[in-house]
Order: sequence, then C-alpha cells, then structure tokens
Amino acid sequence: MKWLRNKLDQARKPFEPGEKYEKFAPAINAFDTFLFTPNHTTQKGAHIRDVSDLKRTMITVVLALIPALIFGMWNSGAQYLYQERGLSSVLDVPFMDAFVEGAILVLPLIIVSYVVGLTIEFIFAIYRGHEVNEGYLVTGLLIPMIFPVDIPLWMLALSVAFAVLIGKEAFGGTGMNILNPALTARAFAFFAYPLYMSGNAIWVHEGSTDAVSGETILGALASGSYDGQISGAASNAVAFSNTTAASETSVLAGIDFYDMFMGFIPGSVAETSALMIIIGAIILIATKVGSWRIILGGLIGGVVMGLIFNFFGGLGEDFVTQLVDSGRITMDQVLNDAGAVAALELGGWDATLLEMGTNQLFNFPFYQHLVVGSILFGIVFMATDPVSAAQTTKGKWIYGILIGFFGLLIRIFNPAYPEGIMLAILLLNVFAPTIDHYVIQGNVNKRKKRLKKAKVQLQTA
Amino acid sequence: MSKDIRVRKGLDLKLKGVADKSIVDAPRSSVYAIKPLDFHAVVPKLVHKEGAKVKAGEAIFYSKYDEPVKFVAPVSGTISEVVRGAKRRILEVRITADAVDEHVDFGKMDPNTADAAAVKTRILEGGCWPFIIQRPYDIVASSEDTPKSIFISVYTTAPLAGDVDFIVSGKKEAFQAGVDALSKLTSGDVHIGVGKDSKLGSIANAVIHKVKGPHPAGNAGVQIHKIDPINFGEKVWVVAAEDVATIGNLFLTGQFHGERTVALAGSEVADADRKYYRTIIGANVSTLVSNVNTNETRIISGDVLTGDKLDNNQFLNFYHNTLTLIPEGNEYALLGWLPFTRNNIPSISGTSLSWMKGGRSKVDTNLNGEERALVVTGEMEEVLPMDIYPMQLIKACMAGDIEKMENLGIYEVAPEDFALVDYINTSKLEAQEVIRLGLDLMITEVG
Repeated sequence: MKWLRNKLDQARKPFEPGEKYEKFAPAINAFDTFLFTPNHTTQKGAHIRDVSDLKRTMITVVLALIPALIFGMWNSGAQYLYQERGLSSVLDVPFMDAFVEGAILVLPLIIVSYVVGLTIEFIFAIYRGHEVNEGYLVTGLLIPMIFPVDIPLWMLALSVAFAVLIGKEAFGGTGMNILNPALTARAFAFFAYPLYMSGNAIWVHEGSTDAVSGETILGALASGSYDGQISGAASNAVAFSNTTAASETSVLAGIDFYDMFMGFIPGSVAETSALMIIIGAIILIATKVGSWRIILGGLIGGVVMGLIFNFFGGLGEDFVTQLVDSGRITMDQVLNDAGAVAALELGGWDATLLEMGTNQLFNFPFYQHLVVGSILFGIVFMATDPVSAAQTTKGKWIYGILIGFFGLLIRIFNPAYPEGIMLAILLLNVFAPTIDHYVIQGNVNKRKKRLKKAKVQLQTA
Repeated sequence: MSKDIRVRKGLDLKLKGVADKSIVDAPRSSVYAIKPLDFHAVVPKLVHKEGAKVKAGEAIFYSKYDEPVKFVAPVSGTISEVVRGAKRRILEVRITADAVDEHVDFGKMDPNTADAAAVKTRILEGGCWPFIIQRPYDIVASSEDTPKSIFISVYTTAPLAGDVDFIVSGKKEAFQAGVDALSKLTSGDVHIGVGKDSKLGSIANAVIHKVKGPHPAGNAGVQIHKIDPINFGEKVWVVAAEDVATIGNLFLTGQFHGERTVALAGSEVADADRKYYRTIIGANVSTLVSNVNTNETRIISGDVLTGDKLDNNQFLNFYHNTLTLIPEGNEYALLGWLPFTRNNIPSISGTSLSWMKGGRSKVDTNLNGEERALVVTGEMEEVLPMDIYPMQLIKACMAGDIEKMENLGIYEVAPEDFALVDYINTSKLEAQEVIRLGLDLMITEVG
C-alpha cells in the first residue's frame, strides 16, 4: 500500500498550507482520510485513544441499512413487474429480474442524493475551512430509501438540497442540526409536492395499470378504499364485519400479516420489510451505534397507542352494528360514505363513535400497525439519530415512547398524514432538547437539595 | 463507619508492559528540577537566585498569593538554572545535586500530641503542603482553609500506573504518621479508599472504604463523589498515598525526604527494566531510561491517560509515580475506519471485537481518527461513574456558562475523572482540557 500512500502524498502537495490550492484542502483530505486513517497522534489529554471514530460509526449505520436497501431494490422491481406481467403474486417474479429492475429504479435515486448532498457538503467544508463530516454518508442513503421509487429526480435533488442547506448547514453542520436531515428532506417533498408524495399512484413504479394502483396499505386504509384495489386479487365482497374483525389477516384482501412483515407490499423504497429493518436494528444495537432505549421506547409507545385505538375502534364497531341493526343507516351507507352519513344523520358523540367504527385505521390491529408504513423504519433508523434525538438516558426513553405514541396518533387521527411517524419524529426532534432539559433539571435539583441539606448540617455542627 | 464502594461504570484498559512488583534504587540524578507548571494556578516567587546553595527541604520558591505555601528543594545542591519561557514565566528550577544530601532539620514531632496549628505549620514549613490538593478546582490547597474531609486513594486502577498500595505498604509507619497529621487538619474525617486485598486496611485515625470496580474507581474524585460529594462552598482535600508517607516522614524524622517510587512501565520498556524504582521528586528521566528515539517512542511522565509528554533528559512531574513508554502511532492505517478491524485496541465501541481478544494490548498514540463535532451520545456516561451528565457539563464548559457548570457538578470533578472520556470519545474531543479550562474559569470568576 506504500505506493498508494506515496501517490496520495504527491497528490496532496498542491493542497498543503501555503500552496496554490490550500483552500481546497478539505476536499482532498476527505478522499485521503477515507482511504487512510491519518497519522495524527495525540498531543494532550489521554495519550492513547479508542479505535472508534465518526467514520466507523457512520459506516456501521450504512451497513445496518444494507439489508433493507437490498430488499427495497428487489421489492421495487418485483412490485412493478408483478403488475406489468399480471402475475398472481409478487413472489412469482423471478428474483434476478426483480432485483435488476429495482436496481435500475433505485440506483439513480442514490446517485442523485449523494452527488447533490456531498457537493453541498464539500462546498461548505471548503467555505468554512473545516473537514468534510461523515454524517452525509448515512443521510445520503437514508433519503432515497424513504422516498417513493417514482419520485422525479429533480424533486429528490431539491429535497436533498433543502435538507442539507436548511436542515443542517444553516445550523452549523453535522452535530448541530435540530431536525433529522433525511426526514427534513422527506417533509420538504411531502409538503412541497404533496401529489407526488401522498398520491396513490406513486408507490409502485408506473403504478397506474389496471392490476395495481400502487397505493400503500396505509393510504388505502386512510381513504377507506379497502375493496380490492390494492392487490387486484381482492373482491368487492370485503364486508364491514370482516374488515373490523380482522385479527389474523390484513384488512386488505390478498395481503396478510406475513406479506406485511416480509415486506412484499407497496411503499417507500426500503421501508416495507419489517424483517430487514429488524436485522438492521440488531446491527445497530449490537454495535451500540443506535440506542436500544429509543427503539424499544418507540415500539412500546406504538403498541400502547395501537391498543388504545383498537379499544375505541371496538366501541365504535359495536355502535355501528347497533345502528345497522336498528335500521337507522344501511350497511351500504357505512361502507360507501361513512363521514357523510355521520354528518347528515348523527351528531356529537354518536358521530365520533361512528367515525371510530368506520375508520379502518382505528380497527387495524395494533401489531399490524407496527409492520406497515414507515413506523419501524422511522423508529430504528430515524429516531435513533443521536444528533436530533434526546441525549440523556432517561430522555431517550421518553423520546422513544412519545415517538411511537404520536406516530400512531397522527397516523390514525389524521388520514391526510397516514405516515404520521415522520411528523412524530420531526415533532419530537424539536422537543428533544426540552425533554433533556427537564431530565437534566432533575439532576440539578438533586444537587441543590443536597446543598440545602449540607448547609443545615454546617449550621447545626 | 466503613462504607464499601462498588463502581460499575468505567473501563479497565489492559495494556502491555505492567511493571513487576520489585523495587530497586534508581541511579542518582545529577540534576533535579521542580517545575512550577506542575502546580496549577500557583504563581511562583523565587527565594534564591541562580548559583545559590540549598539544602534538601529548603524553600526555593513560594506561592505569590499564598506565601506560607513553600516549594522546597528535593535534594541539596546548587540552583544551576532557572529556565524561563514566554513572558519570563518560570518553567523549571534546576538544582545540580550534591553527591550526598544535606537536609534542613525541622525537628521531630508527634502529630498525635501536637496541636492542629503546629501540625499545619510543620507541613507548610517542611515543604509538604504542595502535596495537598484541593477539590474543587484540582489545585494546591490554600493554607487558610479547613476542609470538610480529606481523601487518600490507595486503590490503583489507571492503566499501567504504579500500584500505590504496593508502594505504600513498605512505608506503613510513615503513612500512619501522615494520616495522623492530616486528621488534625480537617473538621471531618480522613477517608482512605483501599482495594480488596490491601495491606493498609488497619490504618488508624481514618475511615477505611473498600473500593471495587474498573477505572476510574481508584480516582479520589470518584470516591469523594460516592462518599461525601462536594457542594458549592465546600472544600475537600486529596493527598496521594506516597505523599502521605512523605508527610509522615517529615514528622518522624524532622526532615523532608522527597522520595518517589516510580513504576517504569509500557510496552516499549525492556522486560528486565520494567519494575519500580526508588528515586527523588524531580529526577531526570535519563536515570530511568536511556536515550529514546522520541519519533518512535513516547515518554510519558504519569499514566497513559493523564500523564505529560516528555522528551529525553526532561524531569519527572512533581506528583507522578509512573513513567510510561509506549510507541508513537504516527502511521497511516489503510481503511482504518472499517468496523470490526483493528481489534487489538481496547474499545467500548460495539464496532470493535476487542472484547473477544484476551490478554494485554500494545497501544500507540495514534488518534485513530480525526476531531469532529459531538455526535454520538451516551458513550461518555458509560465511563463516568458519577451522577453527572458529562456531555452537558463539557458543553457548558465550552460555552463558559458558569451557572450551568455549577449546576451540573463542576465542583465535583477533576480533569483526571474525564480521562476515559478522552479515550473513548468518538469525536476525539479533548475532554480533560475542556474541564481544566472550565475549572480555571471558575477560579477566576467564582474564586
């Protein structure tokens, strides 16, 4: 490797202090330190240092993302080819066909994300005269993974630019940002281009053929279109009672819990497979790079909220059955236009109960909530971002639990934002310093109390 | 009143090059030096000029703002040179030693029968006061104070550091006399933290605490935090175990014998040389190690986590009982950031498999990365066994927010307590330096 080192040393010469391209040193340093850990030695403090540095930490997160990414590539291709070829199951698509197709769809997203993001990072590093931070290695991969596969590249590029410029560099760069940069990108796209992000055709490549609309399960649940548009194989005979009683199988005909857990469903590039995300979570937890407290807290919060909604959904369901039995409304009315019925014929608490009974997100079993949409991906890879998360141990528990809690709350209560987890994490990003403040204040108060006690002792002594 | 302390958080670094437990006499140094910079926040006023003859135990300078605190010559000889730095700051006072020491005789004194004032005066005039370190601030104690308690740690946990229990168990009588003397100076107790198998568990006039756990359990700061934490306005003193024996010796013999038992340790020391050497405070390192290529080997006065970098022919720090030699790490590592590589370096990170590797490691001075913003959270808490938020305290110190620093416990810590934070920190932060600057700010602002 000596020749490589010598070549690098030669290439670095014009960038040395006092030389022609001194200003651009951060750029060459970024490449150099990527290839070789530098020969810097300690000068003060501890004379020896642990082997872990930020590069290693960030690369570990990238490693943890790989299973979900590979699966995402396959799933993106499989979902497309399955509708294109009119197959009966996603699994009928030959593996390599699906993977290659998916890679062709996903790789441009990754390339655009890295090129745009890193260019901005390099410019800022050179402008500010500091080294290029490794944070974007993760952000750059996360962003394409949480976007729909059909997002126009220019929209992705704009979202990345917004996230890096406004979400990160405006606050001083890696380590200083308040919001998770990858989620900032998605939130930007979500609010700037809602048709592309919350529409029902974008989640599967060219998802507008007859067989599949390309809608996500959550989108379907939120809009109440559970009658078979999703899988193509579903019939119109999904009765209300079946829908609300669904416990072992999904409300969506043709898609069961196994499919949702494995990830054979439409969705953002890499958020669909709970299994792959769990593998990533295990890597993050085993390497201590991701906080298990936040992950477990998020799951607990999600489960509790899911159970609460399931309980109220059950109440509503009983009420609807009563209404139908008493002949006040018909099953058709319930199935076709519950909101309008409620508005016309009922009021107050009755209308709320009717809404609870007919909102499929209320009745969606709590454990299935955890495997659809990006809740798991969000909790494992977004909420654990150490910069924007709570930093104290107690704070991490509170932060995690609230993310799960609010994630489902937003998802279920507001059908316009079925991907509530994204907003929940951003919301808690903003509140993380407040959570930490109160946790730390507890420690401060303990010290103040001790001081008071000590003073009493001194006086009585 | 004994209270056992069990520390769970921390990290024992198992490094190659532990000193064998045998004590030999080091050759006598021709020149000794007392370095005012070893006494943090002390402004020295010289007593003698260059060329003056001094006896061992005779004051060579005193503290400008606390005149009774004298810094004495460790040997008899001639003040050959006063080395000055920028703005004429005194860096070293060098003494060319006589062949045989002549001591100032202060007269014997029994600390048990003498009154507190007499004991204090004796320690001050006998040159032993600089051994007493005050917390908060980690500085030489003020001669006007009475601390709420005094702490002595006889439990060594720092990597490769000289085992003070081993050093002091041979000086038990002097150690007891030192404890007797110190117990006169406090309104509270003298607390001694000992290891499980310590031979010093029967010392009188003190409260003995059995301490167990990984580094930094042996740090006085951690023991203070667990036993009698410092509140605003309170002062606690800390004395190193061998220095307690030196104080005791002052009372037993009436003379200042600045003996220092130094463990010569580290992977770069030849096996045969790795042992304990009986020498005198301020000795030249050349008496312990022959000319070293400092491009390849780092000479550290002290342990690898808190010591000072030295060159050939420089002098031991006043307080250090360890001289460590480890390899310089000024080499590149190809793709050194790859997870699960370089597992030879002990690590708390899960991205390293160092926990699978048994035995002791040879670690060099490479930074293993570059300095970055504080990103990873929760790791500092793993190695600081105190009820303190280290990251927040460090940030408060960086921001110079005095009220926050006070609230977060700055009075309870010394830079050495953050040595492991230095070691494990992913962002390669200089935590000890930040804490030192924070403490300095407190000294100037709060006093």
